[in-house]
Amino acid sequence: MANDEIVISLKDVNKWYGSFHALHDINLSVRKGERVVVAGPSGSGKSTMIRCINRLEEHQSGSITVNGTEVSNDVKAVEKVRRDVGMVFQQFNLFPHLTVLENLTLAPIWVKHMPKAEAADIAMKYLERVKIHEQAKKYPGQLSGGQQQRVAIARSLCMRPSIMLFDEPTSALDPEMIKEVLDVMVELAEEGMTMVCVTHEMGFARTVADTVVFMADGQIVEMNTPSELFGNPKEERTRQFLSQIIRH
Amino acid sequence: MAERLLRGGDGLLSGPIAWARKHLFSSPANTVFTLLALWVLGTVLPPLVDWALIKATWVGDPAACRAAGGACWALVTEKYRLILFGIYPFEEQWRPLLAVLLFIVMMLVAANPRCWRPWLAWVLPLALVAVAVLMWGGIFGLVLVPNDRWGGLPLTLILSVAGIVLSFPLAVVLALGRRSQLPAVRAWCVAYIELWRGVPLISVLFMASIMFPLFMPEGFTIDKLLRAQLGIILFTAAYVAEIVRGGLQAIPRGQYEAADSIGLTYWQKMRLVILPQALKVVIPPLVGQFITTFKDTSLVIIIGLYDLLSSTKVALSDPQWRAFYVEGYVVAALIYFVFSYLMSQYSQYLERRLSAGVRRG
Repeated sequence: MANDEIVISLKDVNKWYGSFHALHDINLSVRKGERVVVAGPSGSGKSTMIRCINRLEEHQSGSITVNGTEVSNDVKAVEKVRRDVGMVFQQFNLFPHLTVLENLTLAPIWVKHMPKAEAADIAMKYLERVKIHEQAKKYPGQLSGGQQQRVAIARSLCMRPSIMLFDEPTSALDPEMIKEVLDVMVELAEEGMTMVCVTHEMGFARTVADTVVFMADGQIVEMNTPSELFGNPKEERTRQFLSQIIRH
Repeated sequence: MAERLLRGGDGLLSGPIAWARKHLFSSPANTVFTLLALWVLGTVLPPLVDWALIKATWVGDPAACRAAGGACWALVTEKYRLILFGIYPFEEQWRPLLAVLLFIVMMLVAANPRCWRPWLAWVLPLALVAVAVLMWGGIFGLVLVPNDRWGGLPLTLILSVAGIVLSFPLAVVLALGRRSQLPAVRAWCVAYIELWRGVPLISVLFMASIMFPLFMPEGFTIDKLLRAQLGIILFTAAYVAEIVRGGLQAIPRGQYEAADSIGLTYWQKMRLVILPQALKVVIPPLVGQFITTFKDTSLVIIIGLYDLLSSTKVALSDPQWRAFYVEGYVVAALIYFVFSYLMSQYSQYLERRLSAGVRRG
């Protein structure tokens, strides 16, 4: 799927929280259409890393470039990157005071200055794709977790992003709802969306990912195709982690 | 039988006796409180009714009041125009009356969610202009009434409505500023808020009316009413800012991040996502502050403005009626109460309505 054009590039990225070294010399390139899954124990810096890509977190040294724009303190650059990069959160983060439809049309109307009717059309199209269009007039609080997460995915897609970031999208869901969200993500991957996904769903990583990145202690320990990384891990730390998640 | 009643046997739950058992005598402590409340009511109510209604004089002169021995509401019948409109020229008092009615209509319209449409942004300022024209005059053949003759209820309403409405945007900016990433902005906002909160309103009004003119160059004057009004606005803004900040802090970080991630700018994020949620959380303390501001306008008495309380005092300065000051203040208190109570009821209605929105299907 992926071609050679590099759309996300992290070079020697470092980040500290006070004296805690959260990201340590991170180097990562993501090609257009590539599906990257980031795995690793909690506290390893996975979330921090992808949150640096759209500047929800600041990195202190190194450089991050998204679609040719360097992510920096420049507000205009950050806005440009965010228009191009959608993000889905562990806690969904839908806007509870707006209906599902209003959640979806907010950014197209205000950021892209799209006419309301057009924004609503697009929103309904994406709601249909995540199979939730009959709930458009409801408020997020009236939906199940799985439904909310699908709405959150649709909300990001409404901005027609070229890249999607997923920050543990299924970790806050009840087990029976995980599949409905993963199905949407698999479908998205099959359409060629560039995706960077922090997740513990190793099944998803196996079926969908082009590359699996294993992180521990703020560093990228190992990075390979899923079959290589899962079947033939090179590093001791990776083996240890894999044996732990397979055990339960 | 009693056991069955207490446990709510079928069909026996209705009726006054069952109701009283359930609500007034459900436990020994409850019974004690009920009896205590009945005793207090029994002691206080009969003399109060006797004084306020039975022995009261509604129309007449002070001598008639003294003869009847009850409340002298005749004071109000006699002096209500002075109490309501202060020393505004007597024959022009239809103008402040109209202004007050306009104010009340305006508040009812602004409070009604069905009227929250774009035209409101035009109608409200127009109504304010109309109030100003009515009060000042000087055009359309109305006699000019300088604002040192304004008084009573219209003055109280002007001071408090302008104080509340104009302090609010300032307060929101201050609250956002206090949470800003920029150290200079944050420091200014903290300094402003702490400075104004550290001073009593009385001293603010004193400064505005006496000290402030001393610092101004020769011949430069700002109207006394305007100075007091500015003082009230700036003072209230500091308190409202802290309430709004409380609301901002109650909004989870994820909401800020989600708004950022879909590309909203800072002001769009605040206006469309954060503030609507934050303000809803702080409706009760916000309305509490507005009620306080409404009542605190009565402090302008110390700088010689004739608001509702001051004009009541003026009405009572008539030696003939001076003995009946209780009645005068009871009436002023009732007027304050009606407005405050309506505000408080409105806040509860608004809370119910906004939370209903989230649950509605």
